[in-house]
Amino acid sequence: MAQVTLRKVIKKYDEVLAVRGIDLDITDKEFIVLVGPSGCGKSTTLRMIAGLEEITGGDIAIGGDVVNDVPPKDRDIAMVFQNYALYPHMNVYENMSFGLKLKRTPKDEIDRRVKQAAQILDITELLDRKPKQLSGGQRQRVAMGRAIVRDPKVFLFDEPLSNLDAKLRVQMRTEIKKVHQKVRTTTVYVTHDQVEAMTLADRVVVMNAGLIEQVGSPNDLYHSPATKFVAGFIGSPAMNFEPCHLEQAAGALRVRLSDTLAFPVPADRTARYASHVGKANLVLGLRPEHIIETRPHIEPNQHDFDTMIDVVEPMGMETLVYFTIAGAELCGRVNPNAGATAGKVMKLRADLSNMHLIDDGTGRVL
Amino acid sequence: MADIAARGAVTISADGRSSLHKLMQRKSTIAFLMTLPLILLILVLVAYPAGYAVYLAMLNKGMNKFVGLGNFTFLFGRDTFWMVVYQSCLFAITAVIFKAIIGFVVAHFVHNIPTKGQRKWRGMLLVPWVIPPAMSTLAWLWLFDPSYSAFNWILEHVGLDRIAWLGETGWARFSVILVNVWFGAPFFMIMYLASLKSVPEQLYEAAAIDGATWWQRIWYVSLPMMRNIISITVLFSLIVTFANFDIVRVLTKGDPLNTTHVFATWAFRVGIESGDIPLGATVSLFMVPILAVAAVFILRDITKRGSEV
Repeated sequence: MAQVTLRKVIKKYDEVLAVRGIDLDITDKEFIVLVGPSGCGKSTTLRMIAGLEEITGGDIAIGGDVVNDVPPKDRDIAMVFQNYALYPHMNVYENMSFGLKLKRTPKDEIDRRVKQAAQILDITELLDRKPKQLSGGQRQRVAMGRAIVRDPKVFLFDEPLSNLDAKLRVQMRTEIKKVHQKVRTTTVYVTHDQVEAMTLADRVVVMNAGLIEQVGSPNDLYHSPATKFVAGFIGSPAMNFEPCHLEQAAGALRVRLSDTLAFPVPADRTARYASHVGKANLVLGLRPEHIIETRPHIEPNQHDFDTMIDVVEPMGMETLVYFTIAGAELCGRVNPNAGATAGKVMKLRADLSNMHLIDDGTGRVL
Repeated sequence: MADIAARGAVTISADGRSSLHKLMQRKSTIAFLMTLPLILLILVLVAYPAGYAVYLAMLNKGMNKFVGLGNFTFLFGRDTFWMVVYQSCLFAITAVIFKAIIGFVVAHFVHNIPTKGQRKWRGMLLVPWVIPPAMSTLAWLWLFDPSYSAFNWILEHVGLDRIAWLGETGWARFSVILVNVWFGAPFFMIMYLASLKSVPEQLYEAAAIDGATWWQRIWYVSLPMMRNIISITVLFSLIVTFANFDIVRVLTKGDPLNTTHVFATWAFRVGIESGDIPLGATVSLFMVPILAVAAVFILRDITKRGSEV
């Protein structure tokens, strides 16, 4: 059993609050990803779990025991660093066995565990090489192997893929997921890349400015973000934000985007939004895939509108179109054959059943 | 006819010019020309004096007769020579060991001082190495004075006997080594500090997570990462210490009874003060093979390890 619990954890560097009191429960065998922009406190949080940073306030417990004052070596964790931190003077075997050797594990036991880990990671033929003789991806595997042989309670990953090129990153991402499915160790993984977070995590923790914005499964975060920050951070291209206001019209609600453009609010949301009619600072959030080309069959809550296309970006399987409504730039994803042309007026379709209404003052999704 | 001859002549002269031009264009020629100033410097300042010393070492005292290896066989037969060999090795090896250890320990302390105060400490600790040794050794000479010095004053006040620091063989040898260590340790400190700073912090963090104690972190991370710097610093220091002149010269002049002489001071004593320049040259030549062996050993080790990191 190795659940990790954070209770009101605070980290202060001199007068700067890096982590402002976060609560998090990580269950046994779970793969948790901390994601957020640089400086949001995600690495600091990971390093506090590892014991590499002292915590200013709060409690951290691993497997039920509070470890606030326990040194890293006694926390029974393993960490994979961004630059791998392999010992350059040791070969792969020595790198992987170093932790066990320090724990005075018997030689044949070390040998068994190193060989087993090497097999899981497919690096058996690299065991007598020095780190210098390895490629980036191979070093990454060795760093993971070093973590696996220790058979720790928790794996900690600190942006492990950011030193790899794009292709290798995708490949190693799958690799990490496979390894986790094999060894099932509780894992905390830090990244700034939301795609990595979405693809790897059982649950994603989105952090911003030292606080947790939202914790949830990748699909939860994507489809029902709790705040404007999460809505904008998760998903690529990012969610469109368009200043709007709500108006009452003949028993139904409408979101007005500009003097000439307004959409009816889906009927099932009328009750939820009714109290916000006439409020200032409202923003409509709509993902690019919910702004599409017109099609013969119109679904409920879909509405067509005409707009001048500013920029067209063909991606192959789809085409991104950029246009402006009331000063805000929006993005839509249309069929490559829909005939989008820059500088021409095009008929687009907005799917309001996936809309989000955001209070820009508090940043909450309503 | 005339026409053909004229054309031939033109071709030949063009060929001659172009081959010189080609020679100048060759990369190896350019490289040679660019290193020429250094080659000339080495020839004038190193090769010529070294050759001249070898020539001198084969003359008699009056420098008017060629005696071959006579000076060398003469030295082999003298007890003082063997004592100088012993003292030079003792002096150089002991001093370098202590300089290396003290430098290593102090470098770790300084490395752990927060960045703000670190520059101040670094500067202060470098002072012994920055003062010209002939001058600082004078200060030490006064400290070692048997009657009026600070050291003996302290000894008397704690109820111990005075020590003839520079008058007894054992203490005199201790004193010259002490001053040399005081002078040279900051150099080790600054070299080790630089190499400590180049060890990625994450290696220590990885080691801490792997379960290493502070001592194991030094043994398994710092030392292997610093191996090359340690080797090269020890080699340099060994050469410089072995060839030391000023500290011994100012502090003891080789006394008592020649027991603190190292090669350089004894060569000076024999060659300049006693007027036997060929014999002095012979003495100084003995440093070459000993240092060459040390250099070969340590540099071989560095190239072997250089390919690891």
